[in-house]
Amino acid sequence: MSQAQALILNMFEQGCLFAFLGLGVLITFRFFRFPDLTAEGSYPLGGAVAAALLVAGMNPFLATLGAILAGAAAGLATALIHTKLRINNIIAGIIVMTALYTINLRVMGKANTPLLNTPTVFGDVAGWFSLPENVLTTIPIAAAMLGIGGLLLIWFFHTDLGLAVRATGQNETMALSLGVNVDRTKMVGLALSNGFIALSGALVAQNHGFADIGMGIGILVTGAAAVLIGEAIFGDRTIAVWVFAAVVGVLLYRLLVALALRLGLEPIDLRLVTALLLLLALAVPRFRRRILR
Amino acid sequence: MMLELHGISTTFLRGTANAVKALDDLSLSVAPGDFLTIIGSNGAGKSTLIKSIAGLVPPDEGRVIFEGRDITRLPVHARAAAIGRIAQDPAESTCAVMTIEENLAMAAMRGQTRGLRLAVDARGRARFRAALAPIGLGLEARLSARVGTLSGGQRQALALLMATISGSRLLLLDEHAASLDPKTAEIVMALTARLVEERKLTTLMVTHNMQDAIRWGNRLLMMHAGRVLFDARGTEKAALSVPGLVARFHEVAEDRTLLAG
Repeated sequence: MSQAQALILNMFEQGCLFAFLGLGVLITFRFFRFPDLTAEGSYPLGGAVAAALLVAGMNPFLATLGAILAGAAAGLATALIHTKLRINNIIAGIIVMTALYTINLRVMGKANTPLLNTPTVFGDVAGWFSLPENVLTTIPIAAAMLGIGGLLLIWFFHTDLGLAVRATGQNETMALSLGVNVDRTKMVGLALSNGFIALSGALVAQNHGFADIGMGIGILVTGAAAVLIGEAIFGDRTIAVWVFAAVVGVLLYRLLVALALRLGLEPIDLRLVTALLLLLALAVPRFRRRILR
Repeated sequence: MMLELHGISTTFLRGTANAVKALDDLSLSVAPGDFLTIIGSNGAGKSTLIKSIAGLVPPDEGRVIFEGRDITRLPVHARAAAIGRIAQDPAESTCAVMTIEENLAMAAMRGQTRGLRLAVDARGRARFRAALAPIGLGLEARLSARVGTLSGGQRQALALLMATISGSRLLLLDEHAASLDPKTAEIVMALTARLVEERKLTTLMVTHNMQDAIRWGNRLLMMHAGRVLFDARGTEKAALSVPGLVARFHEVAEDRTLLAG
């Protein structure tokens, strides 16, 4: 396998796993228009819960489902703090993120849980077709899961409840005067968002072979960068385009990071690269508008 | 009575040096089918009155009774099934990033539980087209256009439909035509009058336009300093003229100021 091929395959594999993070961040960052820091805790929570359940011998699908539910509960906690105690949504996210650090350690019982001898969803599904678990089987499995997740999200945002969730983020006064219980829609939106984010953490942990307490650090910025890169390319359009753009954004983000490493940068330089990508993604749409004018 | 306000008072920034008394022991009874136009100077409390009824600004004192039920502390969303409100800013009553049909679908679900049913289906589209066509703005052909691409007048017309589509009984209009050019304002006012008539809506309309206040409705309320200065009905209202209204306003406002001094 040539270096370029390996690079592309790695981009698709990691991209499909991180894309769930992109979809989760899309909901809070774009529809609710605030950076939800719960992600920094719910992403490793997904990894921790899946790892703990797998080590305890649970079926990988149920372990992954457990991770999703745990993430949704984390989002619900942030929403409850924000709506019932009237605490600013960013602060509410920070509070839950902080609490989750301890919870994640408690769930795993240690800072790092290896998953070398446990089954994974990828291994199980590949096994159905008598195939080994490797990058060539992981990509179609992760892509199929992503397709299902993306379609479910698009469908949800076209239902009565989904419209109410969107309207809550975009125009809360209108939502209220149209009879939407915005406290409830915020809970639904944040639970959904963090469920997706925790799913991403659970899949990444299974793919990488470990869950780590530090795996969520900077994850919100990663998700936001992906959403913004997607937007810079596709513009701000329909829900379907938005979801698709977030996925493409994650893939591109992974590709750019992989390229940066190939160019001789070290892992410690990645945050700087991420910051520059974020800046670029924010500046490009403005620049483009100026050219069109 | 459809709506009764009993001695409602609202003070903004209460307990500070900048405290403003927006509503001062205001009482009002509105019968079913009444169409009140409300005028008054800036800071008279017109908007606060509308917001107290809509639930956006619960009064400090007093009670709001709607159809015999005390709704003083009822949350905004719980009143929405029966009460529609449109503000001056088109951005407040419609959602710019959603399409026309999505906005209407949201409005149509007022007062019902929102579940996992597709919000816009063929039947809904047919219903929305039929509701939009009589407005004559061509919106029925643009159901999937984003509301942000519409003009202010088109957005207010849409907001009117949204406020009335699901069977609201009370319509609150807070200078809903004030930000529009005169011609568009005229179209929106004509649509307002038609919808109010057709659906037998009880209506409170705040306006800066004295001509409109005299022309529309069966009652005219003039407010000043959080109180109702006068309440003209029937033949008394029909006899009003703009100069007469201005003169009357000065007369009563000065009396009050003298008394207060």
